Amino acid sequence: MSRMYEIRWHGRAGQGVVTAGELLGEAAMAGGSHFQSFPEYGAERMGAPIKSYTRISDEPIEIHSPVLEPDMVIVVNPNLIGAVDLTEGLKEGGVLLMNTPQSPDTIRKRLDYQKGALWCVDASAIATEELRRDIPSTMMIGLVIKAMEDDSRALIDLETAVDTVEESLEGKLRPEVVEANARAVRRVYEECVKG
Amino acid sequence: MSERKEAQAPELDLPWKEVSPGGVVDKPGSSVAYITGTWRSMRPLRDHDQCTQCLICWIMCPDAAIPIEDGKVKGFDYAHCKGCGICVEQCPVNIKEPHCETGEMGKVIQMVPESGDEDNADDE
Amino acid sequence: MTSNRSRTFVLGEKKEMVESTYLALDGANAVSHAMRQINPDVVAAYPITPQTAVVQNFSQFVADGTVDTEFVPVESEHAAMSACIGASAAGARVMTATSANGLALMWEMLYIASGMRLPIVLTVVNRALSSPLNIHCDHSDSMGARDAGWLQLYAETGQEAYDNTIQALRIAEDSDLLLPVMSCQDGFITGHGVERVGILPDQTVQDFVGQYVANYSLLDVENPVTMGAWDFTDYYFEHKRQQSQAMNESMPIVEAVSAEYEKLSGRPQPIIDTFAMDDAEVAVIVLSSAAGTTRSVVRDLRNKGVKAGVVKPRLFRPFPAQRIVDAIKNCKAVAVLDRAISFGSPDGMGPLFLDVTSALYNAGACDVPVIDFIFGLGGRDMTPPMVESVYDQLMQIRDTGDRGDIVRYVGLRG
Repeated sequence: MSRMYEIRWHGRAGQGVVTAGELLGEAAMAGGSHFQSFPEYGAERMGAPIKSYTRISDEPIEIHSPVLEPDMVIVVNPNLIGAVDLTEGLKEGGVLLMNTPQSPDTIRKRLDYQKGALWCVDASAIATEELRRDIPSTMMIGLVIKAMEDDSRALIDLETAVDTVEESLEGKLRPEVVEANARAVRRVYEECVKG
Repeated sequence: MSERKEAQAPELDLPWKEVSPGGVVDKPGSSVAYITGTWRSMRPLRDHDQCTQCLICWIMCPDAAIPIEDGKVKGFDYAHCKGCGICVEQCPVNIKEPHCETGEMGKVIQMVPESGDEDNADDE
Repeated sequence: MTSNRSRTFVLGEKKEMVESTYLALDGANAVSHAMRQINPDVVAAYPITPQTAVVQNFSQFVADGTVDTEFVPVESEHAAMSACIGASAAGARVMTATSANGLALMWEMLYIASGMRLPIVLTVVNRALSSPLNIHCDHSDSMGARDAGWLQLYAETGQEAYDNTIQALRIAEDSDLLLPVMSCQDGFITGHGVERVGILPDQTVQDFVGQYVANYSLLDVENPVTMGAWDFTDYYFEHKRQQSQAMNESMPIVEAVSAEYEKLSGRPQPIIDTFAMDDAEVAVIVLSSAAGTTRSVVRDLRNKGVKAGVVKPRLFRPFPAQRIVDAIKNCKAVAVLDRAISFGSPDGMGPLFLDVTSALYNAGACDVPVIDFIFGLGGRDMTPPMVESVYDQLMQIRDTGDRGDIVRYVGLRG
């Protein structure tokens, strides 16, 4: 890869979106890439819509400003549709990743989105099953990897990402919870659908 | 007393390259070389014969300008005494005879105006 | 006195490059790791966004016993710098951190620290000064302190913030300098931005910074000294002239420390970083994180055949005047990007512009047209299209020879 890959995350404050972006960057670093991960800080309260950015590149990253034209947009919270312009600036041929119980067809219609690929997964359902809580941010990394592989831009491999997630949680959470998080990343990777 | 007087006077005309970086004063006790007796407009005088050697003036003097020797007040260090008069205020002894220097009744230590003729050597 | 100075440092034996370990760190955490590895004797600090993470992480190292530092949680930044001054006067190796209004509250003590020639290192996570209230990045805080007698380093990335912090300590404590150093990075942009940061081994950093042996210590009862004494009309001027000379002569010390660190880390540590300046016709001079954004735009411009370049001073105090003049003297148009305003200066110029243009004037290089762009106040984004517009305006000046408005704004509405 010669070009930098730029990602924008959408979520709500308190959902772990920023942490997920950092973990994705760490996973990229573990694979030998340079990365940048930073939130767009406002005066957020819990629940307010927030954005966060991740850049991944083979070269050191010089640019220090928000991503204006992302290659990929990740929407962690399905009810942001209508509240935020989710596809703003998304490159032609870019990728949109949605945590949603809805089908890709429905999402495309709701967003009037045609210019790139779309992947959907019900990460909230997986989170509720595996973690007993709707905290889907981190496991969206599984979807990022799947979509990148599909786009022949495999910057991070699944096992590296799972290892990174496990390492970041070890010592903070009980082993079975760490294992459940790792399982959730794999399930998102497996259960997502393109459409 | 004599030891203090030997403290080296700071050179007051050092060029800027030679002054101490940060203004650090690395010669302890060198403030003795700074003569403050010229600030004095009133001069304290002691009646040695009527002094009880209670040493309260020595304790209270803010400039350590009342030297003692063998537990007794020697007099005043007029090179540094600024004439504040605290020693007079604090002196507890009402004399029984007129003061040997001023001829007035009152305290063992009394203040008189500086005439400009006195010498600023220690009163011993 | 110069004559009785002891050699301050026991230099490390290792001179070869040492491999860094790469961690995912935000700029603030990178600085707290540098502080952990330095293991200063005293850190006195008060929390303020966006510096908070520096001190929060470091206080965790203290709590965990990872460092031996005496951590003093004070009641204000004024107290923080006061405690640092006291500790430094006692002979300790001292560090602290702050931002924005916290730095403003230190003001009085900044001058006392430098006037007493105390080698304190202050890491600044740059943030806009109130009012209006704003927590985001600009340089109004540290630029306001540019005349306070502190050396100032500005970091483009979290990596540079880490590297500069370690070098700042060696520079400050050099026995021929003994001046405090501010190591600055951009709040949120690098302060809270996570990147790949190379960390040297702890022992390597320990060897690099060596043992600090103060010339004087207030706690040394065998050699009593007076510090911060009354300095009357007969001496103050000489002391200030001497302090100014110490700053004037600090460049070789900064260079030597930078060269040693560059060799050790394998990471370049230029006084001013120049990119594509050899034949540049249009150039931008800019500090900190915006320099990276500018450089990435210059790469694109060069691919399009535009002779563009960028100069990033890593050191702002002392001001590397000759280097900057040499870098830009053959340009046909130059823009200085200022993330602060010097209110009341002609047309409201920025502090970097004032110094760049005075450097050119004093070097007799008055025929280079230079303009000033105020940008990014209160955290306003500096995006690549904005940088492109700066170069577009420079190319217009190059082509027409008309300097036009001297002070301009980029990213400002209206």
